[in-house]
Amino acid sequence: MIALLFTPEILVLAIPIAAAGMVALLPNYRLTARLNVLAALCTFLAAASLFFLDRPETGSYLLIDDLNIVFIALSTFVGFTTSVFSATYIAHEMETGRLTPVNLRFYHAMYQVLMFAMNLALVANNVGLMWVAIEIATLTTVLMVGIYRTHEALEAAWKYFILGSVGIALALFGTILVYMAARPVVGEGLDAMVWTILIKESVYFEPELLNVAFVFLLLGYGTKVGLAPVHAWLPDAHAEGPTPISAVLSGLLLNVALYAVLRFKMLLAANPVAIAPGPLMVTMGLTSVLFAAFMLYRRRDIKRLFAYSSIEHMGIIAFAFGMGGPIANFAGLLHMTMHSLTKSAIFFAVGHIAQVKGTQKIADIRGLTVSHPVLGWGLVLGVVAISGLPPLGIFMSEFLIVSSTFAREPLLAIVLAVGLLVAFGALFLRLNTLAFGEPVGSLAPTTASYVPLFSHMALVLAAGLYLPGPLVTWFQNVARLLG
Amino acid sequence: MPGLEFDIAHLLAGGLVLVSFMLLYQDRISALLNVFALHAFVLAVSVAWEAHIQDAPHLYVTAAIALVFKAIVIPVALHRIMRRLGIHREIETVVGIGPTMLAGIGLVALSMVVMLRVTEEADPLTREDLAFALSVVLLGLLIMVTRRNAVSQVVGFMSLENGLVLAATGAKGMPLVVEISVAFSILIAFIVIGIFLFRIRERFDTVDVLVLDQYRGDRQ
Repeated sequence: MIALLFTPEILVLAIPIAAAGMVALLPNYRLTARLNVLAALCTFLAAASLFFLDRPETGSYLLIDDLNIVFIALSTFVGFTTSVFSATYIAHEMETGRLTPVNLRFYHAMYQVLMFAMNLALVANNVGLMWVAIEIATLTTVLMVGIYRTHEALEAAWKYFILGSVGIALALFGTILVYMAARPVVGEGLDAMVWTILIKESVYFEPELLNVAFVFLLLGYGTKVGLAPVHAWLPDAHAEGPTPISAVLSGLLLNVALYAVLRFKMLLAANPVAIAPGPLMVTMGLTSVLFAAFMLYRRRDIKRLFAYSSIEHMGIIAFAFGMGGPIANFAGLLHMTMHSLTKSAIFFAVGHIAQVKGTQKIADIRGLTVSHPVLGWGLVLGVVAISGLPPLGIFMSEFLIVSSTFAREPLLAIVLAVGLLVAFGALFLRLNTLAFGEPVGSLAPTTASYVPLFSHMALVLAAGLYLPGPLVTWFQNVARLLG
Repeated sequence: MPGLEFDIAHLLAGGLVLVSFMLLYQDRISALLNVFALHAFVLAVSVAWEAHIQDAPHLYVTAAIALVFKAIVIPVALHRIMRRLGIHREIETVVGIGPTMLAGIGLVALSMVVMLRVTEEADPLTREDLAFALSVVLLGLLIMVTRRNAVSQVVGFMSLENGLVLAATGAKGMPLVVEISVAFSILIAFIVIGIFLFRIRERFDTVDVLVLDQYRGDRQ
């Protein structure tokens, strides 16, 4: 009985929620920051053990399969490194008086609740439970985006709140429709919301009902992914919240929402008569890539710049999964992993920069490689990685996506490649002024830790040079699962 | 007698759509809040009736939440916030009331066409409930996009959410309905507290969203 409580899938939920309670009660902010790191580390270890231990029986609420292990491991790992960055970042925010100790207790508690909600959404086998978890994740991030209580932060939080709530409402309507489609086949009650049962019986579902449901789900969860027509909250939320939260938003929360879309995509793909979900995702993905690529040119705020870059990359990932097939799915998974690592590393660098320079305006930041060599070159490395240059990991995944698309839909591949090139140009244009030239502004040394930044970049570089065999096999399995 | 049960459920769900239309043409915040209280009341009766005909006692909890929280607590709280913040103003709309009403009729027609066609296999009560629920959801969205005032956007969101609760209770035997309605109540409580905090901190001079939109971080 006791052993049952300590299975990894329970631990990834129990540790964050227990830690949230503890940090909310402890008054000392240094201690709570350490506790935050420790809890995130334990959660990551529990998640990593999922790879090695036997899978638990699939229940009506929790599910562990090849697909979600990848997501859980990635999100707990980035959650852990971000907590390390956050612990050093926060000290500076205290000194400058932007945050009070009470704010910080709240911040750490919310951080752990967010980890809990994301893990819950990932392990949920019940589509209703998954919805509730994503709602909790939205609420906690809204609170954290608004934590500085400035006019801009409150406005960003409000916008995120309203758009996020509408997205969540649409997703719930889609979930209800899925239940309606399942009820005549599976029968009333809990079983008709259990994903593993749904996927088995999906062949017999009413196809029209599934079609309408998927449109609602794609729009609803797509809002949280930040896909193009419904992305408006994303840049503001990234720009105004604390930087560790920008890293978590871009690196993790967008993935979790995408995971929800993928689960429902599999449901539709299993029904032969329902519309193919791929083209819808391809359209939204491609729109996001093009839109974000052109918007990158007009950015004057460094965090907004990389927020738009996140929209672009989520578009690429949605595009890859929309194309489907073993190679595109494999590339999509790889791209998602690489993007999470790279983008959170970039936000770590941006956090250092904003703290040293006291501004997020691109015009006021110059010559970083001269004034802060380690930080400046870290940023250069991050931007080189994110714009898809070899030999880093994103080059490989983007290359796979474009080349596999060329073989099937050459026109789409051309459009995608144009989007990638436009974004590449914009990022390098900005990087040139940020990293090189005569330094402007404060020359003070940075205080926060560089370890998370460079450990992420090392992983991205290693993945670009050599992917270990077991990882490739694992991703290939998942790609097959995704269809 | 199934005929009568069906008719009453139909009447109540249709009534909810009608009250949604009433929300569309209110031009004063206090009147809007009163109509919203009516909206939540109709929802509560409708959910209670569903609980009765489906023989599902847990739905009474959802009905009670709708009645106590949404029909009484939230409108009263918003009225008080309005008085405290001194917003007795009229609601600024983006589009005139005439075109908004026409758009609303179009949305209801759209949801009828979509939902009635895709649910041909389902039993008639569920079909029509879903069609009405989607109408309420879409009208809620319409209220949110045609209003500039934060309080009326919240009212739009709450009416949208009422539509979702209607859909969830109409889907016979759906699990987690009570949990979902509780989750939504928490969400709404957060929104209302948020409005209050915005002003308490005196960061915003107004709760007019147009003024908020003037801030565009990187477009000077």
